[in-house]
Order: sequence, then structure tokens, then C-alpha cells
Amino acid sequence: MNARIQHVELHADDDGLNPGDVMLKVDNVSLSFGGVKAISDISFDILKGEIRAIIGPNGAGKTSMLNVINGFYHPQEGVITFRGKARSRMQPYEAAASGIARTFQNVALFKGMSTLDNIMSGRTLRMHKNFFWQVLHFGPARNEEIEHRLKVEEIIDFLEIQHIRKTPVGKLPYGLQKRVELGRALAMEPDLLLLDEPMAGMNLEEKEDMSRFILDVNSQMGTTIALIEHDMGVVMDISDRVVVLDYGRKIGDGSPEDVKNNQDVIDAYLGVSH
Amino acid sequence: MEATGVTAGGKPVTFPQYMLLNAKRFAARPAMRMKDYGIWQTWSWSEQRDEIRDFALGLKAMGLGEGERIAIVGANRPRLYWAFCAAQSLKAIPVPVYADSVAEEMAYVLNHAGIRFALVQDQEQVDKIQSVAEDIPGLSDVIYDEPRGLRDYDHTHLHDFAAIQEKGRELARSDASAVADWEAGIRASDGSEVSAILYTSGTTGRSKGVMLTASASVKAAEDTAAFDHLTERDEVLAYLPLAWVGDHYLNYAQGYVVGLCMSCPESPDTVSQNLREIGPTFYFAPPRVFEGLLTSVMIRMEDASRVKKWLFNRYLGVAKKYGEKILEGREVPLSGRISYWLGDKLIYGPLRNVLGFTRIRTAYTAGEAIGPDLFSFFRSLGINLKQLYGQTEAFLYVTAQKDGDVRPDTVGPAAPDVDIRIAENGEVQFRSPGMFSGYYGDEDKTKETMTDDGWVMTGDAGIFDARGHLKIIDRAKDVGKLTTGALYAPKYIENKLKFFPNIKEAVAFGDGKDFVAVFLNIDLTAVGNWAERNNISYGSYQELAGLPQVYETMSKHVDQVNRDLAAEPMMAGAQIQRFLVLHKELDADDGELTRTQKVRRSFIAERYAPLIEALYDGSGERFIETEVTFEDGRKGAISATVKVADAEIHPAVDVLPEAAE
Repeated sequence: MNARIQHVELHADDDGLNPGDVMLKVDNVSLSFGGVKAISDISFDILKGEIRAIIGPNGAGKTSMLNVINGFYHPQEGVITFRGKARSRMQPYEAAASGIARTFQNVALFKGMSTLDNIMSGRTLRMHKNFFWQVLHFGPARNEEIEHRLKVEEIIDFLEIQHIRKTPVGKLPYGLQKRVELGRALAMEPDLLLLDEPMAGMNLEEKEDMSRFILDVNSQMGTTIALIEHDMGVVMDISDRVVVLDYGRKIGDGSPEDVKNNQDVIDAYLGVSH
Repeated sequence: MEATGVTAGGKPVTFPQYMLLNAKRFAARPAMRMKDYGIWQTWSWSEQRDEIRDFALGLKAMGLGEGERIAIVGANRPRLYWAFCAAQSLKAIPVPVYADSVAEEMAYVLNHAGIRFALVQDQEQVDKIQSVAEDIPGLSDVIYDEPRGLRDYDHTHLHDFAAIQEKGRELARSDASAVADWEAGIRASDGSEVSAILYTSGTTGRSKGVMLTASASVKAAEDTAAFDHLTERDEVLAYLPLAWVGDHYLNYAQGYVVGLCMSCPESPDTVSQNLREIGPTFYFAPPRVFEGLLTSVMIRMEDASRVKKWLFNRYLGVAKKYGEKILEGREVPLSGRISYWLGDKLIYGPLRNVLGFTRIRTAYTAGEAIGPDLFSFFRSLGINLKQLYGQTEAFLYVTAQKDGDVRPDTVGPAAPDVDIRIAENGEVQFRSPGMFSGYYGDEDKTKETMTDDGWVMTGDAGIFDARGHLKIIDRAKDVGKLTTGALYAPKYIENKLKFFPNIKEAVAFGDGKDFVAVFLNIDLTAVGNWAERNNISYGSYQELAGLPQVYETMSKHVDQVNRDLAAEPMMAGAQIQRFLVLHKELDADDGELTRTQKVRRSFIAERYAPLIEALYDGSGERFIETEVTFEDGRKGAISATVKVADAEIHPAVDVLPEAAE
């Protein structure tokens, strides 16, 4: 009679890379909107298994950088190499299919849908049965949905949001919405997770929780993480390496310790006359 | 009665013996449920026995010996409950520790109990224990239930519960005698061993380890289970702190004795949803939970449509008039019965369902006095809510109300097989089957608590009413006198104040002073909602608490309490003359409340000395800075200028002396 649910492991796909190998490389990328140069000639890399922070003052080009990485913007110059494959123009859905997931600075969830359904929507790319089967909701499509539900429940458990499983996300406080959004990104079981200010607008306790989740995602699921964050304490605590942007240029790159002592970075944050 | 093979006689005398019996007599019936991945998982009594056996054999292989103490720290999880029985099956002693206690508190208990092994729930607890590992030299190994986040920890002295269980399973498989020996060991017990040490919450100073003997615990549980007609068909939801005597008694002890099914909530935040899903038949909650439920019902009704509001109010009136009478089987006119039946279909039934109370046969509340209106509200909805009075030292029950003989202001007559007497100083003393055998490692304290002729002193002052029901007034040592000579029972005054939904906590002062003065804590939910509805803006708890409008409301409440007090000859002299609204919520993390949310009076008096001074020197306001502790142990400070307000004193209502109770 024992039909105990087996734990499923959520993890990034095995892509043949070892921890420490270069996963994503940005080479001399420039992006401009008309006459405004958002990013000029930036190069850096993201290694498999690390937590890479992108920091910089407002308008430094951080979000633009993420948008370039996941194919939302197309840079005028430069090359982005993901898992050894160079590409210049890519659509966001292609990025998603190749294992890049992201969250947004301003929460972008389906407000009228429940937490469960929102996270389930993150599984769409992993559903293989076609529309016909899904509409019938019968046989293989049904089994597939049960499998996906199990993964989603694993994420709900992981993020400790059982109590809001059936709550429409529009009704949730901001901190929880952020968590649900992370959940939806995790549902893709991404290899590379891009987090745009995951802790913006959170109080201290929520930030601590979120930091713990990010560290756990990284260590348990083996997901590589690139995040933009303004809270320096958090960045210094959880990231392995930090790249610093200012006015669309890269002004620092290295361990949190290096970056903290970099004079250009200090100037950019405290402000000197240019 | 089934034969059990217990050498001591027919009936089991320990919980592991009951566990074996239940695995036989209720083999396929549910023993434990937990919601996992959104689905309720069930373990039958025979499956539960196997889980316990495997863990017990694993513990034995680790070296847990007879009489050794093992700490259990965490929320209500099946594995932690199994660990109680697993330890007891080896004659080791489980020592549950409050999961939300801060590191130092935990270190104190683990040290005091001489813990070598500790079973904890998750990474949070592992981190907490490791942060004070140096202060607990005796602790050698920590076992955890949930592996999440612990993969990269050093596992030399850290073990996964599943791994230990697997080791036990191996042993059971490879060596047939291991299981037989284990069962024989359980059967051989005569119940004289200590079966658990429960640490008190520390209302008065450091917590003390209450030792409970197996056979006494079993006897007490059998008595009360029979008193409330519990059977294996009953269901409970275990959601109260695992380390608290109430949870241990009502869920574990009574559960094993009758073989009922215990359910563990999915997470602490889902308790109310899980309550609805499980629909327990037996339920316990402290008064503040019922208070919270009532507040949330009332707040939601404020937002309901006009028709619904009208229906709700109309049938609440009907319930008030007839509900309790119907529940107690008293006489009610036919028209009343019809109205109530209609109300049950329209309002009470759906409301009970929303609260998860549909199947409740018996519900208890205890720990604090419960407001008469609050108490009657739930009873009038058809919920058989009763009061009990108990203590860790009694293994819970001292008194309990009988079905159909329930009053809000007493805690009922003595529970089965319990003797109660009132000492000369007004203190309640008792002898009971579940009585403790002493405080662990503290002979002196044990002597202080027991009278020479073997009665336990409760420290509570009480009186018996004409029907033999006990009425608790206050802690015996807290009952004092004003300089005017008037009797002053702080708790009595505080409780009257706390019956107002707007007031969350109150602390009264007055012993040896000229008059009574109080600190008030507003209830953020109730007052916040009121502010919202009246378009009063506020930025923080502190700002809300200091608003003149809030003071006005509080002033009305205080005045009402004074009127009530004036009507009671014994208490009329101790009316509230001055009060203030505190700028911060009293919190267990700051040591102001105990872990069971009881006010620590002397600590508060010391911490807020300047405010007390302001209450008595006539000043209108006072600046104060207070240190606060965050959950992770860091400290911060908040400061405020707190206003002091005056209240009106009412002349004592002229009652004939013999009318006084």
C-alpha cells in the first residue's frame, strides 16, 4: 500500500562542462540605442557553477547586459559564446530553450494565476506532448502533467511557499512574488540563471531568505547564476566573482575582495567629477 | 482487552508497548499523516512501527544507551515523533527542546540535560547548535531530518536521519535476533523508567527539566482519553511546539494510548489550511489562537456584502441565545431550535467548515484565561470547546471541564484520579497519576515544589466555587497588596484588558504601590484594520501605538475594566489609575515573554524601569531606548517618547458583603 512519493532531484542538465569551465563568454560587446551607448566594448566570462554578480550605479548598463545575454537585445558589435557556440543574433525563446532562465527587475508574473500555475508555466518548454494531447488531457499528456507537477511541488517545497500554493500571485506581498518568480525560472531547470535585482525592495529578513535560496540553488542544483544586485553586503557575501560596470564600460572584474579595493569602483560609487 | 505479552501484566505500561500493540490491533489504520509535495502521505500503525524500529536499531548501533538523553529539536514532523518512541524503546530519554529558542537557551538545556546525541529538523537548527558547539562539550553527534543545504557540511559527527534508519534496516534484515531483542526489550519494561524530560518554558527564571515516568504518563493519558471518549477513529493535527507538554500529551501520549491518527502540517504557515483539510475531531489551542480566529472572521465579515453581513449578525444573535443551551442539551423552545437549525445550515456550518472545525467532538483551551464572549462565541457555533488547567509537572491535566458542564470563568473540577487542595495562602496543590518524579538534576527545586506530604505546589492562586469548580485568579506569588491595603491580582486585571480585541498584551503594576498602573500592547491586526477603515495613516507599529486616537480607544477600554472592577468588592480597590501604550510589541526573543507567550513581569519591570517611574511620578511622557534582538541573534535599538494617560476611578458599587464570592 506504500505509495510514498519519491524525491525528485532538480538539477541543471549535464552539458559536458566541468565546474570552472567557461560557460558563457562576452567578447567586445557594444550596444547602442540611437546615439546612446548603453554598453561599450565589454568583455567578461561566466564560469560553470559560479555565482557571478554584475554591479554598478544606476544606468550603468547592467540590465542591458542581461538583456543581451538572453537575446532580448541584439548588440551591434561583439560576440557572445554560450557553451562554446558563438552567436550574434538570438531570440529570447532560443535562449530559454538552450537553458538560460531569468527573472525581472519588476516582477513579471501572471497576476491572476495561482503560484502553482505560474511555476507550472515555467515547465512549458519541457512539455513534449503536443497541443492536441494537452487539450484532451488524457493518457500520455496526463502522465506528463503529473511528472511536471512533481517537479513544481519540489520547487514549492524548496522555496518554502506551500502556504501560497493556490493563492493568486497578484494578492501576494512583493517579497513573495519575487520568490514565485524565482520558482518559475527554476521550473525550467536552467543551466544559467539570470537574476535581475532579486532583492530589490525587500526587508532584511526577506533578503536573508533570498540569499539562502540563491546559494542553495547554486550548490544543490548546480545552476550557474549571474545576478544584478544593489545591496553590496549581499553581493560581497554570496558571489564568487564580480564585474563592475559604469556608464556602459567595464571598470572592474574579480573577486569581491579585489573589487572592493578597486579605486575606480570606489570612485564610481562615491562619485568623482568626470 | 487484548493480551500484549507485556510481562508486567495485561495492559501496556510504556508508550513503545502501546506502539507494538497498536501495530497489531490497528495494523492497517492510519497512525501518522504528513503533507508532502501537496499530497497527504499516510503511515499505518504497522508502517509506523517499522519506521520507529529501523531508527531505534540505528540509534542503538550509534551507541545510544539506556538512560541516556537525546535532544529532539524542530517542528511537528513524523520523524521527530518517531524519535520519541524510538528512544523510549531503548529506554533512552527523549528531551524535546523548543525549536525557536535562541542559541544560548538551547545550549543551556542541552548542557543541563547532558545531551550526547541531538536530532534536529533542518539546517537552521544544525547551524544554531554548531554556533554554540563549544559551550556544549558533551554533545558528540547531531542527526538531521531534512538534508537540504547540508550537503557540503562536515559529516564526521553529522548524520542524515535516513542514513541511520537505513543502517537499522540493514541490521534488522541481516540479523533476525536484532528485531526480536528489540521487541523483547520493550516488553520487558515495567514502566518505572523515565520516559521523557520536558523542559518548562521558564515563566519564572531558567527552564527546569520535568522528569516523567513511563507508567505514570501512560496512566494519565489513559484516564483523560477515557474522560473524553477518544478512540482510534479520532484525528488530531499536531501543530503546537513539539517541546511543549500539551503537544506531547494530547498528540503523542493520548495518541499512542488510543491509537488515533496524528497529522503533521505541511509547514508552520499552512496550519489553517491543513486544519481544514484534515478536519480534526480533537483539537487544542491556546486562547490567543481562538482570539485570532475570531478577529479574522470579524475582519472578513466587515468586507462582506450587506446581505451576508445581515445574515451573519442575525444568526449570531440566534446562536448567542440558544447555541450553548443546545450544545449542553438544555431546554430550548421549538422556535429557537428551528432558528438555530436554519442558522446552522446558513452560517454556523459553513463557518465551522472554513475554520476546519466541522468534525470536532472535543476542543480544549488552556494556558491563559479566555474571555467569556470569545468562549461563548465558539461554543454557540456548536463547537464543544472546554477548558482545562494543567502543568508540565502534572503531565498536563489537573482539572478539566465535563461535557455539558462548562463555564467560561472556571477551569472545571479535578480531572479523573486527581486530588486538589487549596493551601492556606490560596495556592492550588495537587496529586495526580501523571505527576512528575522530580526536576532533572535539581533536587533542591524538586523539594521546593513538593510539599512534605507529596503534593505538588502549582504556584497558582485559586478558589473553588460552590459547584466544586476551580477558578484560577493569578500566580500565588504575584497576588499582592496596594499601599491602601486593597488586594491586587495583576493577571486578573490584565486578562480583563486583554479580552478587548484591540489589546494584545497588558502588564499591570501595583504591588506595594499607591495605585495600579498598566502597560498596554495594541493588537496590530485589529488596530491596524481599524485605522485603515478610518483613513488613519501610520508608518510603523510604533507610530500606530502612539496615535492620540489609539490612546482614546484604549482609554475607553481601561474605563470599562475599571467599571467591571468596581462591581467586584474584592477587586474594587485596585482600579487602573494610569496607563501607557508601549512603543514595541513584547517579544519572546527579547526575553519579555516566555516561549509560550506568557508575560515575564519582573524582567519587563526592570527593562522598562523609566516608564514605570513615569507612571508613578505623574509625568505626561517619557523617552526610552530599548534593545531588541533579531531572530538571528543580532541586536538593535529602538527609541520612543511614550505618552502616559490618566484613567477615571469609579466608586465601588455598593454590594452587600455576603454577595462577595
